[in-house]
Amino acid sequence: MKNRLKLLRAERNWSQGDVAEKLEVSRQSVNAIETGRYDPSLPLAFRIARLFDLPIEMIFIPEQKD
Amino acid sequence: MALTRMNKAQRRYVQRVMLFMSGYVLILMGVTAFFRSSHPQGLSAVAAAILPALPIIGVLWAIGRLLVEERDEYLRLQLVRQSLVATAFALTVATVWGFLESFEQVSHVPAYFAAILWFAGLGLGSCVNALSRPREENEGE
Repeated sequence: MKNRLKLLRAERNWSQGDVAEKLEVSRQSVNAIETGRYDPSLPLAFRIARLFDLPIEMIFIPEQKD
Repeated sequence: MALTRMNKAQRRYVQRVMLFMSGYVLILMGVTAFFRSSHPQGLSAVAAAILPALPIIGVLWAIGRLLVEERDEYLRLQLVRQSLVATAFALTVATVWGFLESFEQVSHVPAYFAAILWFAGLGLGSCVNALSRPREENEGE
């Protein structure tokens, strides 16, 4: 799954550490999600959406199959 | 990882492992001295011989507790992967060694080496985890 986390974070001038602190997760988690190596659980995805005050589908974009 | 950078679950894990490993050293020294001096027989020998295994079982319990207590789902996933790598490594080496031993190609090794292999496998699992996040340290600040 693709996501716009890095862009949204940059818009707010937040570091990965800032986001990690706000979400109460490790910075490794934020990095792994941001770089697409880990898809968060639904509860964490909702927390991320709440943090950026956006619907989940505005942050996470499912990869289209041909 | 520095102790100060650890979360609560990781700190508790480190404290538990240090406690169990200290206990292991003390128990092993005590049991070894007991066998040398008293040459126990029967039930007391069995009970004494089992004692050093208990802190090792305690470390396995501590790893299980870390899996339960870790609130960060990504770190928990990494620990699960690390444990699976350790299990695969220990079972693979033990199976190969067992057949080599059965066909008298290698000497006998005590069964508790399975635990040592598993702990070594955790190190291997840690390397697998590290290889899966090559860009992590350079990004995001």
